Amino acid sequence: MTGRRELNLEVSEGLTVGEFHRDLCTRFPRLADYRGSLMYSVNAEYVPADHPLGDGDEVAFIPPVSGGAHAH
Amino acid sequence: MLIRITADPLDSQPLIEHVRRDESGAVALFLGVVRNNNLGRRVLRLEYDAYPQMAEKKLRQIAEEIMSHWPITDIAIAHRTGRLEIGETSLLVVVSAPHRRETFEACQHAVNRIKEIAPIWKKEVWEGGETWLEGKDQTTLQPQ
Repeated sequence: MTGRRELNLEVSEGLTVGEFHRDLCTRFPRLADYRGSLMYSVNAEYVPADHPLGDGDEVAFIPPVSGGAHAH
Repeated sequence: MLIRITADPLDSQPLIEHVRRDESGAVALFLGVVRNNNLGRRVLRLEYDAYPQMAEKKLRQIAEEIMSHWPITDIAIAHRTGRLEIGETSLLVVVSAPHRRETFEACQHAVNRIKEIAPIWKKEVWEGGETWLEGKDQTTLQPQ
């Protein structure tokens, strides 16, 4: 979606993962195509959009997985 | 309990040996296999991609969930990544228990959960294009 598998980015402390996603959509418009269908993970655990980010967090945007209905 | 995500071909025998115990009267084995067609198209191969650290963590969580909900003896889950040809095994789930009923139920539940929450994706390569599969029906087509 961004053309890259991993990125290192500085974000302001307390930014939520949902806000972070919205900011990134501006930089990588293809990310916006997935709005609504992506799930978020922080440090390899699913989190809701209002989860705040902290120092050193590893964030992933997870497209729909291959098997079926989403479970959260 | 054994959890593995690997680009190497999957072999069921070591997993069966891993879960089998003298008190296990039943071992259920599930193989997810690459088939040669989907949605009326002839499929040439599949390519699996994963977020490995998280996928391994989710597979372990599923195995623990199942160990705590069914009276089974042990469970092993292995998922392959990378390029798979028709007929190759992409997923192995092996469950042992004193009796057969629990092995079937636990095995089916494990496969369903893996397809719900494990961050593993498959790209179908067919004649004339390729598609990332999303959910039960694929949506985005990207002709080559």
